[in-house]
Amino acid sequence: MTMRIFISKDAAALSVGADKVAKTLSAELASRGIAADIVRTGSRGLFWLEPMVEVATAAGRIAYGPVTSADVASLVDSLTASGMHPLCLGPVDAIPYLAKQERLTFARVGVIDPTSVADYIAHGGYEGLEKAIALSPADIVEEVTKSGLRGRGGAGFPTGIKWKTVLGASADQKYIVCNADEGDSGTFADRMIMEGDPLLLVEGMTIAGLAVGATLGYIYIRSEYPHAFRAFQTAVDAARKAGYLGASVAGSGKAFDIIVRLGAGAYVCGEETALLESLEGKRGIVRAKPPLPALKGLFGKPTVINNVLSLAAVPHILADGWKTYADYGMGRSRGTLPFQLAGNIKFGGLVEKAFGLSIHEAIYEFGGGTRSGRPVRAVQIGGPLGAYFPSSLFDTALDYEAMAAKKGMLGHGGIVVFDDTVDLAAQARFAFEFCVKESCGKCTPCRIGSTRGVETIDRILAGEDPAKPLALVRDLSQTMLDGSLCAMGGLTPYPVLSAIDHFPEDFQRGLTRVAAE
Amino acid sequence: MTAQVSSGTAARWNDAVAKDIIDARRSEPGAMLPILHDLQEAFGYVDQSAVPVIADVLNVSRAEVHGVITYYHDFRHAPAGKHVLKICRAEACQSVGCRDLIAHVEQKHGLELGKTSPDGSITVEEVFCLGNCALSPAVLLDGELIGRVTIDDIDQIIETAARPA
Repeated sequence: MTMRIFISKDAAALSVGADKVAKTLSAELASRGIAADIVRTGSRGLFWLEPMVEVATAAGRIAYGPVTSADVASLVDSLTASGMHPLCLGPVDAIPYLAKQERLTFARVGVIDPTSVADYIAHGGYEGLEKAIALSPADIVEEVTKSGLRGRGGAGFPTGIKWKTVLGASADQKYIVCNADEGDSGTFADRMIMEGDPLLLVEGMTIAGLAVGATLGYIYIRSEYPHAFRAFQTAVDAARKAGYLGASVAGSGKAFDIIVRLGAGAYVCGEETALLESLEGKRGIVRAKPPLPALKGLFGKPTVINNVLSLAAVPHILADGWKTYADYGMGRSRGTLPFQLAGNIKFGGLVEKAFGLSIHEAIYEFGGGTRSGRPVRAVQIGGPLGAYFPSSLFDTALDYEAMAAKKGMLGHGGIVVFDDTVDLAAQARFAFEFCVKESCGKCTPCRIGSTRGVETIDRILAGEDPAKPLALVRDLSQTMLDGSLCAMGGLTPYPVLSAIDHFPEDFQRGLTRVAAE
Repeated sequence: MTAQVSSGTAARWNDAVAKDIIDARRSEPGAMLPILHDLQEAFGYVDQSAVPVIADVLNVSRAEVHGVITYYHDFRHAPAGKHVLKICRAEACQSVGCRDLIAHVEQKHGLELGKTSPDGSITVEEVFCLGNCALSPAVLLDGELIGRVTIDDIDQIIETAARPA
């Protein structure tokens, strides 16, 4: 019988040698005359175990990892004889990191061949679309609204309400736009979907199209993700060939197609109106709102613009009903969120859980503490515009409202861990510096404020008494919070002020050093 | 559609070929970025001479074309080195020492971010997040992602790039 072996081709797995392992394994099996199919999948998101090799057995898939090409010969020995290989992790589904998760959006990632429509359907794919085709547009919108799904890009706006506005707008053309400009440091969930289960996103966009009467979708993928761009393009072509995109989606008589676009290295294009400008071929400058993109979006037409994870949650909601989805979560944060454990962390990876997990549980019970082995001093949650939290706040629940109550934000669910060597004054300076580099320049608080912020923090780092410059930074931050046109300038104060509030000692170091000299 | 991911190996600028590339997307809505990516894919950069041609084909002003080219970090105004190394300097990579990696590149190898080495072998650029934040520090070498990068890895990349092929 032909042996089936699974190895990830997710960019992160490739970054630690998955291709080399796959090649060596293929050659080793061939030289021994063993018939085997090596299926290239997405990643399970257990990145410290990559490159991970899974072998299908009667007892399910058995995992081995992290495997190097030097391990391949002994691994094949153990497959053909009895006896346990030292890298054997047992059944993959029983690995506690995975077993403790609630994977809805990521259920198929790492399991299926992402290029195969047949494999996607064999694992429950397109069930949501089948349901949606049988429903009226208003009923699809109703399902999504009742599920409580909120925008996973960070803003947390109810997805169903957005869709309803677009459904209610009348126009000769409407658009679905998928925001795949995942620029936040510490996040990789969108990338994993686009590489590991891209058809899920194709399905989500298609359902959105049916729901609001849009026949064309654009996806804007950042250029820093070349692997995701290629993987998603491949999936779109496969879906079109299989009749799931085109003039009559799955024989429904309704048209929907997707155009894949590449960003060009501008963080601010993750802001929805800047993204629309960029898609139209202009500089990615933020638009004033209103008008809302739902009424005047891409090329001036009514447009649903949603994050990858929002659209990827939709097929499950349609397939299993809104209630199954809404039963996960807490308060007004319903469903699951794929958290991403990143930075200086021992077990970095993707953890899809219902909202409500605490920061402590995420970084210790899943993450295992720092990779360096030193104590955790700070975490930054929600990307470069998210707050830095000290350990005293680690009991905070990872939910939109609970994070906001502590002057933080959940954003796109990225958690970056820092050990005790971190200098929060330097991190605060970086927050301003990043804003200098990435500001679109339209509004003054963001364009000028960020530069003045860098200069003022530099005075503190140079050893000036921090009292006066810190008062200036606070005043400047308030102006940016109140007066910026979008989240770029409006949220840059979050990392800055949280660093000052929670780690004031780091802003005294310059003065102490100068005094000692 | 071409792969649209620049690798650093590219042909010399050719006005006629550039015109064909631009014309191919003439009727596409919002064609500006795809055109610029195609040009950069073919030639490694976007030559100044393309500006009036794009403006004419897309029926926009030269100022608008110039504005777009200079707004986005990706588009180069001159050819890059034979290899392109993008080093992530966002927070997740900072937490595991990307500042040291960059200091090493600058001090030991005398390379500056955003510049090409004098022998033309390598261009080193900063990038903010490659989505490999659980395996930081991360770099992108000619479009290939590398994780858990050490100072030794960086030395090897730069030294290999400098060797004649």
